[in-house]
Amino acid sequence: MATESSYYVPEQSRLPIFATIGLFLTAFGAAYWINGGSAYIFSVGALAMAAVLWFWFSAVIRENMAGLNSEQLKRSYVWGMGWFIFSEVMFFAAFFGALYYIRTYSVPWLGGEGDRGLSNMLWEGFESNWPLYVTPDAAAHGDAAKFVGPKEIIDPWHLPLLNTVILLSSSVTVHFAHVFLKKDKRQAFNIWLGITVVLGALFLFFQAEEYYEAYKHLGLTLESGIYGTTFFMLTGFHGAHVTLGTIMLLIMLLRSVIAHHFKPDDHFGFEAASWYWHFVDVVWVGLFIFVYVLGS
Amino acid sequence: MAHGPQSGFKRWLFTTNHKDIGSMYLWFSFAMFLLGGCMALVIRAELFEPGLQIVQPEFFNQMTTMHGLIMVFGAVMPAFVGLANWMIPMMIGAPDMALPRMNNWSFWILPFAFAMLFSTLFMEGGAPNFGWTFYAPLSTEYAPPSTTFFIFSIHIMGASSIMGAINIIATILNMRAPGMTLMKMPLFVWTWLITAYLLIAVMPVLAGVVTMMLMDIHFGTSFFNAAGGGDPVLFQHVFWFFGHPEVYIMILPAFGIVSTIIPTFARKPLFGYSSMVYATASIAFLSFIVWAHHMFTVGMPIAGELFFMYATMLIAVPTGVKVFNWVTTMFRGAMTFETPMLFAVAFVILFTIGGFSGLMLAIAPADFQYHDTYFVVAHFHYVLVPGAIFSITAGVYYWLPKWTGNMYNETMGKVHFWLAFIGLNLTFFPMHFVGLAGMPRRIPDYALQFADFNQISSIGAFLFGAAQIVFLFNVVRTVMGGKKATDEVWDNPQGLEWTVPSPAPYHTFSTPPAVR
Repeated sequence: MATESSYYVPEQSRLPIFATIGLFLTAFGAAYWINGGSAYIFSVGALAMAAVLWFWFSAVIRENMAGLNSEQLKRSYVWGMGWFIFSEVMFFAAFFGALYYIRTYSVPWLGGEGDRGLSNMLWEGFESNWPLYVTPDAAAHGDAAKFVGPKEIIDPWHLPLLNTVILLSSSVTVHFAHVFLKKDKRQAFNIWLGITVVLGALFLFFQAEEYYEAYKHLGLTLESGIYGTTFFMLTGFHGAHVTLGTIMLLIMLLRSVIAHHFKPDDHFGFEAASWYWHFVDVVWVGLFIFVYVLGS
Repeated sequence: MAHGPQSGFKRWLFTTNHKDIGSMYLWFSFAMFLLGGCMALVIRAELFEPGLQIVQPEFFNQMTTMHGLIMVFGAVMPAFVGLANWMIPMMIGAPDMALPRMNNWSFWILPFAFAMLFSTLFMEGGAPNFGWTFYAPLSTEYAPPSTTFFIFSIHIMGASSIMGAINIIATILNMRAPGMTLMKMPLFVWTWLITAYLLIAVMPVLAGVVTMMLMDIHFGTSFFNAAGGGDPVLFQHVFWFFGHPEVYIMILPAFGIVSTIIPTFARKPLFGYSSMVYATASIAFLSFIVWAHHMFTVGMPIAGELFFMYATMLIAVPTGVKVFNWVTTMFRGAMTFETPMLFAVAFVILFTIGGFSGLMLAIAPADFQYHDTYFVVAHFHYVLVPGAIFSITAGVYYWLPKWTGNMYNETMGKVHFWLAFIGLNLTFFPMHFVGLAGMPRRIPDYALQFADFNQISSIGAFLFGAAQIVFLFNVVRTVMGGKKATDEVWDNPQGLEWTVPSPAPYHTFSTPPAVR
């Protein structure tokens, strides 16, 4: 392992402190905004954050192209991305776990079943069901209820099925792109990556349409009790991740088309984005099964 | 890599050096330790006598909440990350951390996050007042408006922890000197590798649970509201799925430090190195399947109570392996009792007491009596104060000569130890008794019969606080000057960190050392 002696330790850098300020303004601004203040601080913070990320990634790309990064250092980035994705898995695990707990335990208990069935006395007339069209609140208080269940839910075999096909295909197309990149077929790489980005955008479009339907016609909203809560939080965070993944892949496409970045044996930026893409794909499969199919 | 430290504040703001960042983590955590400690003293001052004397109940609740949050996230965790930053690269023969710029980012997020958390004290409606475990619906429906700021400060703290943990894993897995195989790594490195894994696994779950709170408070969801079909108990499950591994995050690196110090001062190699590694991994695994022992009284099905009870008791096995290994390491060793060793030996004894009270709490039917009493407070302070805090203190005394090139004042170190030792036992031991007698936790007033023990606790707390002033003074004096330390500092200590000069040069191991 002769590479150790050349592990590149960067000079002092202004990036981290600016990133901190950006992140702080974003977080503080978000809290301020949500608590009824203006969105000004949040916007400034988010823009600052985006700018810092731009400069930070540029610096890393520049260093790599200048040959500063040893094989060993590149492995650090690989480990970093791998464990970052693991942390994302655990984030989704919290929400999937919540869905599991609600469906298996707490809703049946509220309906009078099992060890904690006594809580049903608080919600007279409530029956355990899934999808939960009638919330405990609605069962006990009728029209005075704050949480009213959805009138209808999303049929898994229309838009969600289409989106499943789209997203699964996009995982294949991004893999094709990777294969062609390794064979140094630049044009084929660009085309397949472009198709992936288009599929990602298409997915987001249909997801938006589904949300529109849910809000406009089905009475399925964030406020419509626990079904709407779990439905929108799980699909919403997934959608946010698809958005991020699409942006990442789009940037990789622009880097390839405009700046001719990536070499057949050196393209971890693209590979990391594709890992991320496969990850959101796997999450979608979980969503399709546990939220859409088994939830209807 | 010729760059040395810059002068002035730019060095600290822009640094990519693991030693600078380690020092900043340690100083920050000490500042938070004093801040959280002052809040503890407010609590103890109020509890000196029954009745309300000094603060209002609302403010008392804010103090207990902020004390817990600051100590957990601001004092203990950053201190361990600081030690990891300083020591891991030196222990494995690496030139720096794997991702030095992200390292600096991880640190600098913390002062901002805690400034945000601290600012809630001055907001309308006051700071979060629902305890550091922030159970819903206290933290949702009945929470002060500042809770939103609390949630976002947790978010960015979590981001900092995850980045720090990723950095540590990448460093350990990728940057070891040739010949430094996994089973040759110092135990501190091993325990941190496993801790970092725990951090990456559970900090996102914490982010998830505060996000659910945020949505419930502001966006009409009903995760924790039975009216919409949710369940407040869901909060507890998700929180403790984070929370239980979190308590091991605060103790595993401590095991590593103690396993480093005891062999040095017993002048014997550590007994049972590989069993220590496997025990650490077992504890980490078990930490994921015991969370509901924090919730025995919430009304779980009997199968749940039994499962979590037995799984929890199982943790005593690997922990017992560790304690036996430490004792066996000392057995017939040529022991001396310099300050780090005093703290380490006290760790073994007092942490074991905390472990035993933990076993008592693990017994579900018994826990119905102890739940939410001062017995629980006594238990977790026994594992955190002489556990986490003592090990950090021991580590600081042990490596301070290497960091600064100067020996600390041994007499002052011993004074610090005995003051802290007596102070903490005075503070926390009586809590066992008042807890068993039924005094509830998080209450600003109490029945008359608990007064004597509470007064002893309060006196002990101020003594423990005073001990930290001695510590601060000793450390500052050592940083400024003092007797020069040798490169080895101690009597034939093991580890690569002792092969470099004292103070350790700004860059160590730019060329990897040979490891036998």
